[in-house]
Formats: sequence, structure tokens, C-alpha cells
Amino acid sequence: MMTGAKGMASSSSTYNPPCAACKFLRRKCTAGCIFSGYFPPEEPQKFANVHKIFGASNVAKLLNDLLPHQRDDAVQSLAYEAEARVRDPVYGCVGAISFLQRQVDRLQKELDAANADLIRLAAASSPSVHMPPPPPHQRPAEFGRRFGNDGGGGGRFYQTPGYQITYNASPWADIYNPHGGGFDGNI
Amino acid sequence: MRSTHQEPRSSSSCAACKFLKRRCTPNCQFAPYFRSDEPKKFAKVHKVFGASNVSKILNEVAEEQREDTVNSLVYEAEVRLQDPVYGCIGAIASLQHRMVELQHDLLLARARLACSAAAAAASAAAVGFVVFGSFCSDAGDWRRRRWRRCGGGV
Repeated sequence: MMTGAKGMASSSSTYNPPCAACKFLRRKCTAGCIFSGYFPPEEPQKFANVHKIFGASNVAKLLNDLLPHQRDDAVQSLAYEAEARVRDPVYGCVGAISFLQRQVDRLQKELDAANADLIRLAAASSPSVHMPPPPPHQRPAEFGRRFGNDGGGGGRFYQTPGYQITYNASPWADIYNPHGGGFDGNI
Repeated sequence: MRSTHQEPRSSSSCAACKFLKRRCTPNCQFAPYFRSDEPKKFAKVHKVFGASNVSKILNEVAEEQREDTVNSLVYEAEVRLQDPVYGCIGAIASLQHRMVELQHDLLLARARLACSAAAAAASAAAVGFVVFGSFCSDAGDWRRRRWRRCGGGV
């Protein structure tokens, strides 16, 4: 077998194509690339959107501040928000929040009215029986004050969010649940 | 001779130009939306989106929509800083979950309402029947007493 003076370099057994980020940025995708693994080369639009809205530098800083097991969810949420902002440059995904908040307010009012009717019926049929009031409804603390009930598109976003949204599971199950509605508000 | 032609300075720099340490010109793109008394607003947007990206987004939208655009960007930035992993997506998921819960509770409440209304209507009909039946019985007794007084047989 003929070998060159420097010897034949053994090729690596695996070839890792550059990630979509490095392809977009036209740079060498190194082994320690922060984007590799989260922006596969077969999804170029994902990084293109994220780069357009957030910028590669900001995304890299954000990912570096997170623990490794949090980065995948962070990238997915950034990609979702970026796509929403590309589709709707004025409101982005905040439009969806406003829409959902109005739906929640409407449903809450209907539920309160139905419970009030139930109490009235119970009182009418058994005047001596005292019906306890229905349990107080729970609502996200800041959304109602922030978005209001005027039904206007977008609402006002002047207040600082002070809420703590708690959820036990990844939110992706709810986002993609067909019964919960999609981003564009189709319920 | 020193040139007297100088670009007019704005009386006060907007929060963006203060943050970026540059001169705020009268036609500064950020000035209408990032007042000097709200420095944190621009700082948050800058950290998440970057000044350049915000400028590009504002250039894409009509002038009358820019205030809403800035406000939604500020909101999105604030939420992302509070929750670096999920940002606004966490809020959307929470609201969707709450909506499904309310839909379920409303369905239950309306079903109970329908049952209660049906039961109340049935109860009212039964009471009416008893009252009517009692009236018929009384009327029959009265006729029988009168028949006897008139000499009728049993």
C-alpha cells in the first residue's frame, strides 16, 4: 500500500456534518459548537428564524447560562417564539397569550354564571338549605390586569409580569394538545 | 473659521441611546418608545433581542404599529428573562391548560343545571297534580253530601 511522506491520515469513522447554525454562519462546526445538537442541518429554517429575531450571539449566551438538560427545551421555545414573531412582527407569540387570556376570562364568566344559576335553583327548591358559595376561581395573577377584558387585539403590555407560572411537566404536551388549541388560536 | 453647521442635539437622550452610549438624534428610531425615564425597558429588550434586531423589526412594521410592537417585544423579553428555558411558551401552555379545565368545569356545571331544572319542573308538575287531585276529591265529596241531603241514595 502506497503511503505519502506524511502518511495517510486515517479518516474518522464518523462524519458529523456542520449544524444548521454553522452552515448559516458559514463557519467551521467544531466539536464544542454550542448549537450543534439543537439545530440539525436538515432544519435550516429553524436557525434562520432564531438568528433573525434573537441573534446568534444572544442565543449562545442564553444557552451557556443554562444547564445542559435545559438547553433542548430552551431552543425549542426560542424557535417557537422566533417563528411566531416572523409570522406576526407586531405581536409575535404575545398575540396568542392575549387571545388565550380573553378565552379564559370568557369561560370564567360563563362558569360563574352557571354556578350562580345552580345556587338559585337549589335555593328555590330547598329554601331552608344554605348552599355554600362556589369556590373562588383561580386565574393567573398578572394576565387579567395586564391584558384587560376589552377584547382589543393585543391589549396593553405596560406592566411588569410578577406572576410565577408553575407547571410540573414540560409545556410541550399542552402546546401540541389538539384540545388545547394551537398557536394561531384555533380551538 | 469654525463651521457653525452642527447636527442639532436632542434635549435628552432616549433610554436606548443612553444605554448604547451614543448621541440621540431628533429622528432616533427608538426615542418615541424608550423614554429616558424607563432605562430597564430597553436594557431587557437589548439583552434578549439586541438593538440591531429590534431596529430591523421596527422597520418592518408600519409606524402606527410600532408602539404595540415595542410593547410586545418588551413583554416577551421580560418573560424570557424571568424564565430563560420556556419564556412565553410556558405562559401559553399554562393558559391552554387553564382553558381546558374551565371548559370541563363549564360542561359539568351546565349538565348539573339541566338536571336541576328538569327535576324542578317535574316536581312542580307533581305538586300541581296532587293539588288538582285533591280538588277533584273535595268536589266529589261535596256533590255526594248534597245528593244525600236531597234524598238521594248512597
